[in-house]
Amino acid sequence: MSLFDSFKAFELDVLKEVGNIGAGNAATALSKLLDKPVDMGVPKVSLLPFEEVAERVGGSEQIVLAVFLRVEGEAPGNMFFILGEEAAKRMLNQLMSMNHVEDEGYSELELSALCEIGNILAGSYLSSLADFTQLSMVPSVPSIALDMAGAILSYGLMQYGEMGDSAMLIETTFIEDYQSLEGHFFLIPDPDSFNKIFKALGVDLG
Amino acid sequence: MNGQLLVKVGMADLNIAADGAVLKTTGLGSCVGLTLFDPICKVAGMAHVMLPSSSIARESQMNIAKYADTAIPELLERMKAAGARVERMEAKMAGGAQMFALGGSDTLRIGPRNVESCTEMLNQFGIPIKAQDTGGNYGRTIEFDSEKGILVIRSVQYGVKEI
Repeated sequence: MSLFDSFKAFELDVLKEVGNIGAGNAATALSKLLDKPVDMGVPKVSLLPFEEVAERVGGSEQIVLAVFLRVEGEAPGNMFFILGEEAAKRMLNQLMSMNHVEDEGYSELELSALCEIGNILAGSYLSSLADFTQLSMVPSVPSIALDMAGAILSYGLMQYGEMGDSAMLIETTFIEDYQSLEGHFFLIPDPDSFNKIFKALGVDLG
Repeated sequence: MNGQLLVKVGMADLNIAADGAVLKTTGLGSCVGLTLFDPICKVAGMAHVMLPSSSIARESQMNIAKYADTAIPELLERMKAAGARVERMEAKMAGGAQMFALGGSDTLRIGPRNVESCTEMLNQFGIPIKAQDTGGNYGRTIEFDSEKGILVIRSVQYGVKEI
C-alpha cells in the first residue's frame, strides 16, 4: 500500500478530476433521463479502511440498491451505482411512472429498469473517462442487488485485500434538486490501475 | 438484547468471547463468518475471513485475520489461551455468497472459495462443522452467543435464522 501512502495532493486532485469528468457526464445523462436539473457533489477521493467504506452509504447493514459493473480494459476496476430505497422508488416513479407498492419487494421489471438506469449512467461515466484518458475501459454486463451495503461493497474491495486493509475510491454524489433524490457513484480502480491512469494523464509519479 | 456484552468483529478481523458475551459481524457478502465454540468452557471465537489464502498476500504487514489459512490457526491460539481445547471445539459458518452473478473470472467465485478454504483448514485441525449457512447471492449479519453456542443469521430476503 506504500504506493498510495505516497500520493501527493496533486495526484489526489487528478483523481478528483477523473471523478468529476466521469460523474459530470453521468449527471448530464441522468438530468436528461429525468428531464430535471441534477446537481453533483464535489468528488471525494479517499483511501478508506474497509470498515469505513460502507459507512459512506449509511453503514454496513444499511439496505441499498446497487448496480455493479466490472470495468475491464487497460485500467480495470469496479464500479457501483448506489441508491437508497427511497431514491430508488422515486426514480422508478419519475422515469417509468411505476408506483412502487410498499412491502412487496421489487418486481423483476422494476429491478430491470433500475439496473438499466445504472447501466446508462455508469456507461456515460466510463466512456467520458475513457475519452479523457485515452485508455480503454469496457464495462461488463451490469448486475443489480438489493442488500446490505457492507455485503455489496466488500465485493468491490477484493482486489485490495491482498495488499492491505484499505481501498482507494473515487466517490461522487448526485442530488436531484427538489426531491433530494440522492445517488452515489463509487469507482474503485484496481490497485495496479492508478499508475496507468496517471501515466495516461501525463502525471509523473517519479 | 438482555444486557449481554457485544463484541464486534470487523471486516478481516477476529475476536474471542466468553461468559455469555455475543460476537457479531455485519455485512458478510463473499466473506465468511466462521465461529468456533468450546461447549464445555463456553469460549467462542469468530473470524470475518475475506480471502481464501495468504499465499497471494502482497502487503508489507500482513493482517492474518483476513485469510482463511492464517485466521483459523490464530483464532485457535487465542481460544486456547482462554482455556478452550481444540478437541472439544465445533465450528459453524455463514456467508461465502456470490453477490453478483457475473460469469468467468476467479475473483467472482471468491465466496465459494472462502468456504472451501475454511472447510479445509477445519478438517486439518479435526474440528467438526456443526452447521453452516453458506452460498446464495445475499448478504448476512451474524451473531454468536458464547453461552448457548447458537449462531443467529440475519439477511434482507430471509429474515432471521438460527443454526
